[in-house]
Amino acid sequence: MSIIVMIYSLLIICLVISIIKSKEKSKKAFKIAMKALLKTAPSLLTVLGIVGLTLGILTPETISKLVGSEAGYLATIMAAVLGAITLIPSLVAFPLAGSLLRSGATIMTISAFITTLVMVGIVTAPMEIETLGKKFTLLRNSLGFLAALIIAGIMGVIL
Amino acid sequence: MTTVKKFKMPIIIGFVFVFLFFYDPSTAVKSSGVMWNYFKEMAIIMPAVFLIMGLMEVWVSKDKIQMWLGSGSGIRGIAISLFLGTLPTGPLYVAFPMTASLLKKGASITNMVVFLGSWAALKIPQLMVEIKFMGLSFAALRFVLTFFFLIIIGVLMDFILEENYMKEKINK
Repeated sequence: MSIIVMIYSLLIICLVISIIKSKEKSKKAFKIAMKALLKTAPSLLTVLGIVGLTLGILTPETISKLVGSEAGYLATIMAAVLGAITLIPSLVAFPLAGSLLRSGATIMTISAFITTLVMVGIVTAPMEIETLGKKFTLLRNSLGFLAALIIAGIMGVIL
Repeated sequence: MTTVKKFKMPIIIGFVFVFLFFYDPSTAVKSSGVMWNYFKEMAIIMPAVFLIMGLMEVWVSKDKIQMWLGSGSGIRGIAISLFLGTLPTGPLYVAFPMTASLLKKGASITNMVVFLGSWAALKIPQLMVEIKFMGLSFAALRFVLTFFFLIIIGVLMDFILEENYMKEKINK
């Protein structure tokens, strides 16, 4: 809610200044916005659908069942893959991670889940590809996945 | 591109949903509920985001962006990208079109990777929740490591993607 208020206050301030300064340029901004919105609409819808499907199937309960209280590298890899696929709001993800930790999952597994969750976005990839290109998206997400595994390893050793 | 081709993916997903409704109705209902919630959020946020983007494209000059976030911006550019990314601004899909227009205006790939990465991984409200549930040492260590690796990924990607790649992709 607060995010919506923030974005719209920013928009209103910018819009008022823009219209006072130049009506022509403001019109142009509207046109650019309209064009960009129409162009990204299909990928937006795709992202929506995938988010719905993954969150419907991979509920917090399912995830905790899959990651479980098992230790070992397999659990860590599993957690990393699940983190990469899903898109969970942090208000759900961190309590889930905390409860997994208490039920016996290792720091490494939990770190892998959280880091891939935030660094890799398979669900949002269609939109990233549409706006930033295939190569950029592929590189950013695969390098992010690798980095997430390394980060999880380091965190497991230190903490 | 024809309309059908453009909406190929949404149509496929639509079929998956129809299939799911027969195969596993309770999951389908749950999925639709999630989708509806995200749709409401997107429908409210996206028009504003695209308008802000449009205004930025019209008013902010290329030189300014290049100076603050371009390839010569160095540590200051990375610091600005990190700062902008951590601001409490909303979901990641909002950041993609913004990143695209910043790149078009001359921001460097390294900075934009740091921007996107900190937007997704290092947001301030998210860190608060993390500290509460995972502890300060966990959150602090993850922050430092993530930031470090984002810079490495950014430099690597800047090196791998040819200079013209982004311009070609975005201007097409």
